[in-house]
Amino acid sequence: MSKILILAQHDGSSINQSTSKAVTAAQQIQGASIDLIVFADDVNTIAAKASKLAGVNTVHAVTTSNENWKLAQGIAPKTAELSANYSHVFGPSTTFGKDVMPCVAALLGQNQISDIMQVIDATTFKRPIYAGNAVITVKSNHDKIVATIRTASFKTGDMTSGSANIENHSIEKAQTDTKFISLQAGNSERPDLQTAAKVISGGRGLGSEENFELMYKLADKIGAATGASRAAVDAGYCPNEMQVGQTGKIIAPDLYMSFGISGAIQHLTGIKDAGTIVAINKDADAPIYEVADIGLVGDLFKIVPELMEKL
Amino acid sequence: MKILVAIKRVVDFNVRVQVKPDGSGVATDGVKMSINPFDEIAIEEALRIKEAGKADEIVVVTIGVNDAQQQLRTALAMGADRAILVESESEIQSLKAAHSLLHIVEKEQPGLVIMGKQAIDDDNNQTPQMLATLWKRPQATFVSKLEINEDKALATREIDAGLETIEIKLPALVSTDLRLNEPRFVKLPDIMKAKRKPLDVINIDETVTGFDDKELNIENYESPQPRQKGVMVESVDELVAALKEKGLV
Ligand SMILES: Cc1cc2nc3c(=O)[nH]c(=O)nc-3n(C[C@H](O)[C@H](O)[C@H](O)COP(=O)(O)OP(=O)(O)OC[C@H]3O[C@@H](n4cnc5c(N)ncnc54)[C@H](O)[C@@H]3O)c2cc1C
Repeated sequence: MSKILILAQHDGSSINQSTSKAVTAAQQIQGASIDLIVFADDVNTIAAKASKLAGVNTVHAVTTSNENWKLAQGIAPKTAELSANYSHVFGPSTTFGKDVMPCVAALLGQNQISDIMQVIDATTFKRPIYAGNAVITVKSNHDKIVATIRTASFKTGDMTSGSANIENHSIEKAQTDTKFISLQAGNSERPDLQTAAKVISGGRGLGSEENFELMYKLADKIGAATGASRAAVDAGYCPNEMQVGQTGKIIAPDLYMSFGISGAIQHLTGIKDAGTIVAINKDADAPIYEVADIGLVGDLFKIVPELMEKL
Repeated sequence: MKILVAIKRVVDFNVRVQVKPDGSGVATDGVKMSINPFDEIAIEEALRIKEAGKADEIVVVTIGVNDAQQQLRTALAMGADRAILVESESEIQSLKAAHSLLHIVEKEQPGLVIMGKQAIDDDNNQTPQMLATLWKRPQATFVSKLEINEDKALATREIDAGLETIEIKLPALVSTDLRLNEPRFVKLPDIMKAKRKPLDVINIDETVTGFDDKELNIENYESPQPRQKGVMVESVDELVAALKEKGLV
């Protein structure tokens, strides 16, 4: 039988939905028993929230010091140690999971299966390679499977009605070679890009940081999160956490509206799972139209104000 | 301080790879090969640290086929001092790569290892973290700004929530994100000069003695599911109507 340990992601006050998505993926393995591991300096509050995720039996709550819960080197060793009795160790394929999980895999002497997009059975999974240009089926024949779960491929489950046991743990010797200094967080007034139902996204076609305001206004009008292409981030029109794509965020909103984005393969891989993709571009031959469900060719500087009026 | 940069030869990012009809792999014959874009950024960062007087030697290493010497020569033309090819005719997975690189790290004793955050072929994003773990040294992944201050480094990381700054004690490993720098172009005279720089070749077997590989089986390759063909609308009114019909606004 599969025993699955999932590394929970949180921001100190709430459990990140990517954790629940990893639980959803784990539940697709027949007869799996699922536990969580969560780290924090003040772990009790967050462990209580983790225990509410439906389908989880036990929450391993590990107390850390000096904000070590934010650091891969601070949490990987204990995660590896506590995974002794598990067949699988999962983490979310977010920057948090991507940072920590390969360390856990190395400590356990395993290769990691990155970005699982589909569970075939307890040891067989599908994952994308080459920016999503190909999908491979990977099978592990080893005693332990370490993997990250592609959040756009699995649904958020019930995060409120669970009642898992909480088991407390501590770290004997805290690492001191890596130190958390600060986090410059993005805008938190708009919905979170990774979980939003609607996303308004802008590219190089916006032309400047001032013009990018159009995207925020339109997003606020319909209650959407905002995203961007790499070109828009590189040009300084908007902050890095808005980048969508192969090396940015992989998202699956119900509605993705892109403005002045050409549709490079590296961008498209980030939106392939979106419900409806709308493309607005002045170039009728832009590759974005190959994946768009609804396309409108024209100048975004005319179209956006008209949309503001009519939506 | 010595900096070790690990790079990978990959299908160029402009190539749209195709899955072979029999599902046994992707077609790479005759396709343009390049240094993984993130690794080019890693080389550039090492050069800038050296140019700022904070490093005295840059060694670049790759694990790959004999032809990967081309990518090493490019790195030497950019300005690296010396190169090592760990030759492997077959493709290897991340953990083996990390063990092989650990062997090189132990031999070279660098103060800093810089690698790209992910290779754009397998998109695994794991070898740097594995190497840091095996080396038992700090890691700073997805770095968009790096400041070396004697025996410490201040690294700004691109994370989902924004920009995180951490301090790591050297020796340490850094993995690069896209916005760390813009790699320089190589000039013709530098390509000529690079031909005379040292490039050692060793076999991968010499670097992984005693390593118990737990390879994952790749059972099949397939093309991704295509999206259904969409519609083109002619006006904002039609667009709004289409969105309303789908219940999206
Ligand atoms: C290793 C690697 C990783 C990458 N990762 C990512 C990633 O994660 N995400 C990502 O997005 N990219 C990524 N890229 C970059 C990617 O290849 C493209 O360069 C980028 O997506 C282009 O952004 P863009 O579409 O905004 O810009 P462009 O390609 O320059 O397109 C701008 C578009 O705007 C249109 N336009 C201009 N003015 C107007 C107007 N007034 N009205 C309407 N339309 C207008 C133009 O017709 C054009 O199609 C990566 C590249 C590499 C090499």
